[in-house]
Amino acid sequence: MAVSSRKRRVHGMLKLYYGLNEEGKTVDQAESLDPCDINGPHFDPEVYLNKLRRECSLGELMDQESCMVKQIRSLDSDMQTLVYENYNKFISATDTIRKMKNDFKKMEDEMDCLTTNMAAITVFSARISGTLQDQHAQITKLSGVHTLLRKLQFLFELPARLNKCLELQAYAQAVTSHRRARCVLQQYSHMPSFRGIQDDCHAIMDKLAQELRQKFRDGGSSAKDLSECVELLLQLDEPAEELCDKFLTHARSLSATPTAGTDILEFIDRGCNEFVSSLCLVIASYQELFVNRPQESNLAYKNIPQMAVGKLHAFVDSLAARYFSLVERRIQEEKSVGDNSLLVRALDRFHRRLQAVAKLLPGSAVPSQGTEIVVRAARERVKQYLAALQSFYLDSLTDVRQALAAPRLGGSSAGGGLPELLSSLSASILNQIKTVLASVHLFTAKDITFSNKPYFKGEFCSQGVRESLVVNFIKFVCQSSRQFCESAVDRGGSTPPALLLLLSRLCLDYETSTISYILTLTDEQFLVQHHSPVTAVTALCGEAREAAQKLLNHYVKVQGLIISQMLRKSVETRDWVNTIEPRNVRAVMKRVVEDTTSIDVQVGLLYEEGVRKAHSSDSSKRTFSVYSSSRQQSRYTPSYTPSAPMDTNLMSNIHKLFSERIDIFSPVEFNKVSVLTGIIKISLKTFLECVRLRTFGRYGLQQIQVDCHYLQMYLWRFVSDENLVHFLLDEIVGSTAHRCLDPAPMEQSVIEVICERG
Amino acid sequence: MEDDAPVIYGLEFQARALTSQTAESDAIRFLVGTQSLKFDNQIHIIDFDDENNIISKSVLQHEAGEIWHISASPADKAVLTTCYNITSESRVVTSSAVWRMPPEWESGSHESPDDPHNSHNPQSLDLLCHLDNSAHGNASCVLWEPMGDGKRVISLADNHALLWDLTESSTQATISSSATLEGKGQLKFTSGKWSPHHNCTQLATANDTAIRGWDLRTMKQIYCIENAHGQLVRDLDFNPNKQYYLASCGDDCKVKFWDVRNISEPVKTLEEHSHWVWSVRYNHSHDQLVLTGSSDSRVILSNMVSISSEPFGHLVDDDDLSDGEDNHNDEKTKEPLQDSIISMYEEHEDSVYAIEWSSADPWLFASLSYDGRLVINRVPRALKYRILL
Repeated sequence: MAVSSRKRRVHGMLKLYYGLNEEGKTVDQAESLDPCDINGPHFDPEVYLNKLRRECSLGELMDQESCMVKQIRSLDSDMQTLVYENYNKFISATDTIRKMKNDFKKMEDEMDCLTTNMAAITVFSARISGTLQDQHAQITKLSGVHTLLRKLQFLFELPARLNKCLELQAYAQAVTSHRRARCVLQQYSHMPSFRGIQDDCHAIMDKLAQELRQKFRDGGSSAKDLSECVELLLQLDEPAEELCDKFLTHARSLSATPTAGTDILEFIDRGCNEFVSSLCLVIASYQELFVNRPQESNLAYKNIPQMAVGKLHAFVDSLAARYFSLVERRIQEEKSVGDNSLLVRALDRFHRRLQAVAKLLPGSAVPSQGTEIVVRAARERVKQYLAALQSFYLDSLTDVRQALAAPRLGGSSAGGGLPELLSSLSASILNQIKTVLASVHLFTAKDITFSNKPYFKGEFCSQGVRESLVVNFIKFVCQSSRQFCESAVDRGGSTPPALLLLLSRLCLDYETSTISYILTLTDEQFLVQHHSPVTAVTALCGEAREAAQKLLNHYVKVQGLIISQMLRKSVETRDWVNTIEPRNVRAVMKRVVEDTTSIDVQVGLLYEEGVRKAHSSDSSKRTFSVYSSSRQQSRYTPSYTPSAPMDTNLMSNIHKLFSERIDIFSPVEFNKVSVLTGIIKISLKTFLECVRLRTFGRYGLQQIQVDCHYLQMYLWRFVSDENLVHFLLDEIVGSTAHRCLDPAPMEQSVIEVICERG
Repeated sequence: MEDDAPVIYGLEFQARALTSQTAESDAIRFLVGTQSLKFDNQIHIIDFDDENNIISKSVLQHEAGEIWHISASPADKAVLTTCYNITSESRVVTSSAVWRMPPEWESGSHESPDDPHNSHNPQSLDLLCHLDNSAHGNASCVLWEPMGDGKRVISLADNHALLWDLTESSTQATISSSATLEGKGQLKFTSGKWSPHHNCTQLATANDTAIRGWDLRTMKQIYCIENAHGQLVRDLDFNPNKQYYLASCGDDCKVKFWDVRNISEPVKTLEEHSHWVWSVRYNHSHDQLVLTGSSDSRVILSNMVSISSEPFGHLVDDDDLSDGEDNHNDEKTKEPLQDSIISMYEEHEDSVYAIEWSSADPWLFASLSYDGRLVINRVPRALKYRILL
């Protein structure tokens, strides 16, 4: 099988060469299956002939035949040519092969010759190397000895060389030399000669180290020298820790402590220039020396940076602590609140310079401590400003008090300058607050480095400025106002009433506008973001209103008391049984009306009129009829019947039934009428109670009648509800009549005449 | 627990003087003295029937003059003193006397107040003796020795405090000792109180804005609270259970509580009235209950637990701690009482000058206003039970 297939392949290759395509034959089978195709492989001459004979005429056959003969002939000649050509090629190939046979035979001879030569050479070479071997070993040994000798020479010369280096201060070279020899010396130290050398070297190196240390200690040398020193010492296996310590101790003495300066800015400046900059220098050189060393040095140095950094931190911290305590003490001395900018600038510089430390020493607590100091200083400052504001407020109150006490110029009536005083007081307070705010605002100015710290952005604005400064101040104002009410009660008005009135108005103004204005101003200036709960405006307003109310109530009380006291004295000191027939209104009543009028003026300066119940134009006349003679007749006529108790009281009882209860010391409203009503109520009630404790004669009653009528004439205009005055005066006259031994009332017309004359 | 409505009784005359019958411990009985310049003055004996809420009265004539102050003997129900005005020849003099009620007043059936017969023929008081003070000025009040045997009284007249011994069944009075207040100006005692503590050897008086304490054995001043009130001091009362505690009231509308050992500051101050406070009274048994009457026509009952003799706050016994659940509920309902106003009584329409606790029933009190209205009120039941239970 294999042979046949191979045969066929060869056959195929030949076929290919000659253009006979076996494949083509099969492929073309379809079209050239035709047995009549003369060029096809399945050509069947028999069929072809039959076909021709059937189809073609004779002529055509003749033509066909001649054509075919022609083709056969040409094919024959083609074949002859081919055969001839191929024969020539065979001949030349045979010639070539014969020639090659001859050449190869010659070459074989030469090769043999070469082989024998090579064998001879090998033999020779082996013989030469055998003879040379001994000499070569000797040379190698000699060269080794030479090297050793050179090394030994180096070692022997080492002490001298080191000495020389020492003399020349070529420390670096000495150290390098020594390092090279060190291991060897160490290794051979058991041999006495080497030991000697080693000892010498040690002695020298010790000296050298000594000298280096000395140099290091002297410190006068430049940073570069210093670093070289350290480098060498480190190479000499000097313990790095000790070096760090020494370096830092050295640096400690270097960094000068700042001395107390004259003003804070100068102080901080000096502190920054002397201390902080030298500190920075120390840190930088230290880091150069110990921390940032390239790790090329051997393993022993590996943990040096960590250790060194630790030491540095401790060093910086301790120094900074000292510095900070100095700074803080100095800042605390800064008490005068006059110019805040100086302090702020100083703090800014302080803070800014510490940033340099932060850059140099990233993990250090120093900058944050510095910031803390700034924060503390700011907080302290705010406190100082609050105290300053408070004392300013108290001072201005003292001024107001003096102005009130001072004899009035131009003879103006009581409290003539009240509105001016009020406006100047509130304006000066407001100004002061604004000034303070402006000063405090410096802390948050854009160009100040610490202003973008979270504390200054948030807490300082909201808690510091808004709460503990502004809100506290407002609270203080309210509180101190309230204190005026409390402390003055027992001492009977050590505070001038006008001041009470003024403060009351001040607090009321605060409630209505000033507080919200101040707080809005603060919020705007400081862009307060309320992270933490802050006091609401309404709460403050409530407090202010409460204070205003309290002050005004107190004012009413004090003024009422003054008038009450006059009335009480006048009732208590007189012998009412044995008095003479009234001819005049008593001077006390005139005084009461005068005082009431001046109070009315005083209150009118600061408070609005207020509403009063409508009354007719002739109210004094009309109301007078309330206790006119006709009614009094029935009142004072003895009509005692046990079954009908207290006829005499009936009228007033009925009156009381329908009138509301009068609260004497009741809160007043913020207007003039209400204030005056309060004062008059207190005064008249006192009058009533005093009258009830006395016994009157006929003229005593008449005098009271006259007095009451007089009060009636003048007081109704001050109060909100004139009926109140009528009622109280009625009560007074009624009670007097009860307490009268001989109740014979005066004729109404006479009373009127007396009063009008008075 | 609804509280009973107050009981109101109207007198025909104006009145300032009120006292409870101190020696009486069964019947609830108050004595009221009237003020009238025209007519004969009377003493109304007002009995209150607590169960039926009915008032019955009897009237005794007090012909001597209008009554400014009345006080009942602590030993003898029938004996009382009055301070009264006499007007003679255009002079008004206040004097004081010891009286005995006629024996029939009690046996004579209690008439209803509007029985005309009784009113028409009132009986008179029997005079036992005058506390003759013509040499010392006008009497402002007479004080019986608290819990004494009815033999010693003190009268305050102008600037004198006089200690009287009553002898021979109180028909004779002799001054055993006296103290005089010296000072510039016309000093006048307005009010006083005989302390029930220290064996009844102390007296407190008020003049102007000062409160003074006196030792009756030596008749010397032992303390003085200057400017105790901003204005006139109107009344005083001793805490019946705490010997150094004293309440005062005055024209500054305040009621102040003092510890006389430390007089620089009051222990407590109340400012509830809107006008002068004329009278202050501790409850005899429960001294946290303080009653005040004022010319704002109000009576205020306050609960001053923090300065009373009652234990203040909640005391937890060991027993209470052992069983938890039950007591827990208890605690909720029984929170410690705070100092507070218990109630404000507004039945009066004129100034209230006198108030008094009943001597028989510690939960009952009377108040008297100038227009002659006497109101009998009770401590609210809720509070009463809280104090008792």
